[in-house]
Amino acid sequence: MSTSPSLSKLVKRFCRILPKHAVLSEKEQLYPYECDALTAYRQTPLIALVPENQKQIQAIVDICRELKIPIVARGAGTSLSGGALPHAKGVLLNLAKLNNILEIDLDNRTATVEPGVTNLAISDAAKRYGLYYAPDPSSQLACTIGGNIAENSGGIHCLKYGLTVHNVLALKVLTIGGEILELGGKQPDSPGFDLLALMNGSEGMLGIVLQATVKLLPEPHSRKVLLAAFNCIQDAGNAVAAIISSGIIPAGLEMMDHFAVKATEQYCSPGYPKDAAAILICELDGFEEDLTDQVAWVQKILNKHRPVEVRLAKDKQEEELLWKGRKSAFPALGNLTPDYYCMDGTIPRKHLAKTLEEINVLSEKFGLRVANVFHAGDGNLHPLILYDANQEGELEIAEELGSEILQLCVKMGGTITGEHGVGIEKLDQMCVQFSPAELNTFHAIKSAFDEYELLNPGKAIPTLHRCAEFGAMHVHRGRLPHANLPRF
Amino acid sequence: MTDIRSDIASRVEDACRQGQALQILAGNTKFFYGRKIQETPLSVLEHSGIIEYEPSELYITARCGTPLNEIEQAIKTENQILPCEPPHFGAAASIGGMVAAGLSGPRRASSGAIRDCLLGVEIINGKGEYLRFGGKVMKNVAGYDASRLMCGALGTLGILMSVTLRLVPKPQHEQTIAITLNPADAILKMNFWARTPMPITATFHDGRDLYIRMAGSPSTIKRFADKVKGEPIDQGDIFWTNIKEQAYDFFLTDEPLWRILVPPSTKPLDCPGSCVMEWNGALRWYATHVKAPAIHSIAKQAGGHACQFRNQIDTQQVFHPLPSGLLEIHRKLKRAFDPQGILNPGKIYSEL
Repeated sequence: MSTSPSLSKLVKRFCRILPKHAVLSEKEQLYPYECDALTAYRQTPLIALVPENQKQIQAIVDICRELKIPIVARGAGTSLSGGALPHAKGVLLNLAKLNNILEIDLDNRTATVEPGVTNLAISDAAKRYGLYYAPDPSSQLACTIGGNIAENSGGIHCLKYGLTVHNVLALKVLTIGGEILELGGKQPDSPGFDLLALMNGSEGMLGIVLQATVKLLPEPHSRKVLLAAFNCIQDAGNAVAAIISSGIIPAGLEMMDHFAVKATEQYCSPGYPKDAAAILICELDGFEEDLTDQVAWVQKILNKHRPVEVRLAKDKQEEELLWKGRKSAFPALGNLTPDYYCMDGTIPRKHLAKTLEEINVLSEKFGLRVANVFHAGDGNLHPLILYDANQEGELEIAEELGSEILQLCVKMGGTITGEHGVGIEKLDQMCVQFSPAELNTFHAIKSAFDEYELLNPGKAIPTLHRCAEFGAMHVHRGRLPHANLPRF
Repeated sequence: MTDIRSDIASRVEDACRQGQALQILAGNTKFFYGRKIQETPLSVLEHSGIIEYEPSELYITARCGTPLNEIEQAIKTENQILPCEPPHFGAAASIGGMVAAGLSGPRRASSGAIRDCLLGVEIINGKGEYLRFGGKVMKNVAGYDASRLMCGALGTLGILMSVTLRLVPKPQHEQTIAITLNPADAILKMNFWARTPMPITATFHDGRDLYIRMAGSPSTIKRFADKVKGEPIDQGDIFWTNIKEQAYDFFLTDEPLWRILVPPSTKPLDCPGSCVMEWNGALRWYATHVKAPAIHSIAKQAGGHACQFRNQIDTQQVFHPLPSGLLEIHRKLKRAFDPQGILNPGKIYSEL
């Protein structure tokens, strides 16, 4: 698709608009970009560019448009779905150097930042005003706001405070056509279509975020954290439903299954009951007076569902320890296995127990262990498939098990991805969730912004041809041949 | 409970073939909103009924023609509400019309807009194709967010067949208090309070008094009411319904009524006419005869936008004009959903 001149000519051309050190084309310079946090897929780009300001990005886009060179924008590269996987014939646009916080507007409670600012840096900058940025994906120390917007990232607290789309007020977006679009603003609503919402979760395929204005919230008055352990996962699931329908929206409501609990206890001893079939961690926030009542109310509900134990953290230290366990679940499981594959389906809460049972059946069928860590409050499952990439064929089995888990989520009335995005990883499952007419609409949306498919091509939305192929292969053989080959 | 989806799809298919433009209608309670168009009417009011409601799942799915009243009644029995507190503007208001208009009510500043609680939609596009976007779960990043595109698009991108909305628990207890404050001070106070953890769920300034609605336990409310030195008012529910439904005196005007949105802390606008404010000052209603270009320019200077809401004098430019690049993207998106341009053409902008 590319009509580009030779690499050396291209390097020269980019060196005219960028400092020499910002143009990377040697093999060893490109290796760090060959994958994001989904390491099973690797591809070095033709060239990597590290611009330092908006003007340089505009100049890069002008050249790429002229020469029809694909661009893959990248923040910190923490995507779990291969969203930032480079294009072999394209430019990898590293936006990490655009990391300035441009403004904290105290009166309007907003922060205006460049795309490479990390998620946590926003809250850190707002902290002295008693404000914070609510979405808190687990990678918040490293992940950038640009990437959060591309993926519409969630986190532990989004049940109460929403996802990225609910917390981004305005965007300055550069289109492949070279146009700068100002979407949204510090004021609510916008004239015309809600393009601001459309940009969130568009996986860098509609435009390049140059600047974002996000909502800052006041730190809650007070917090309480409860732990509850159960002998049966069904009871834990029912307790979740009972809490939510009782009129309480916890700030966070997390579940871990037996396997995850055991691994975490071994890893960092957060004090979870080791024999529990499942534990719940419930965080409540609000005003001190209201919280006392709410805690009592939640305790009462939990006690109705046959818990082995219900524990209220007595101080901040214990609260942090309870959360530490949950937040260490992935590395803890990583300790038990050479590799794991993290899934991200979402289901209506009521199907929780049934879904977990079926995942267990699938786990046995494929002969790979699965641990479940779960944003219970919003129905977002993170089954972790444990495998060993050094064992011939195990990655492929893990991927197929993962694919069946996601199809199970769709069957339960849910979705194939809650917060990690489709990227390169879940293209086939998109064919299960969407009809050809719906996929065509997505392609038409893409085309409205990017006619020549230069921005992150081949990600997020599968071609109908690919879906036909997937369906046929899936039905007839059950397993994909050449599962390692990229298929666009 | 009727499902007339296939009838509607075949009507649209025919219209698409014949290039016949359609004007999509349900309760028609918001007839005054948007540009005036006169096309062959297509009523979706009969496509009605709640499809799925499970209180513990915090969502409701209903067909587009379901009366907003019916939905609010159904969820009220479970102590739940629509977080966006939408205006009805008439008993016939439908849930589809609510999403298509995208107008949120007093709770907007504290618990989000209609688009924020929209989880998924089923639509029929301009070719008569039946499409589903989003879903029933809050976390869902599969595919582009085409469902939120429908919110506020006034039916120009697709005919909503059903919508799924996120619900929240009804606050246990709410109390409204009033304080006499001039507009400039009211703006300062509202935005000062908004950056501290205060249990405020709605604000309204009528030019003379600031009304604040608080939620929480009676003791929490009392503590904050004492802090802001306000006088409790009786029948807060009726008060906020009057604001939301524009039955409050100010709104009963024959003058052109403008809806101006600005960053909340913006000082009182230099604009002749009378003004009331909501949403911590972000929403300013103006009753004024000032010409459209002048108001658009005042709003733009403040970093916001303006729309002629009722009693329009300039029927061409009802919504804030878009920059050309943005308008071009709108045109292309319109074509992506409605290639023949038959769904409510011209309802937002003459070009769409």
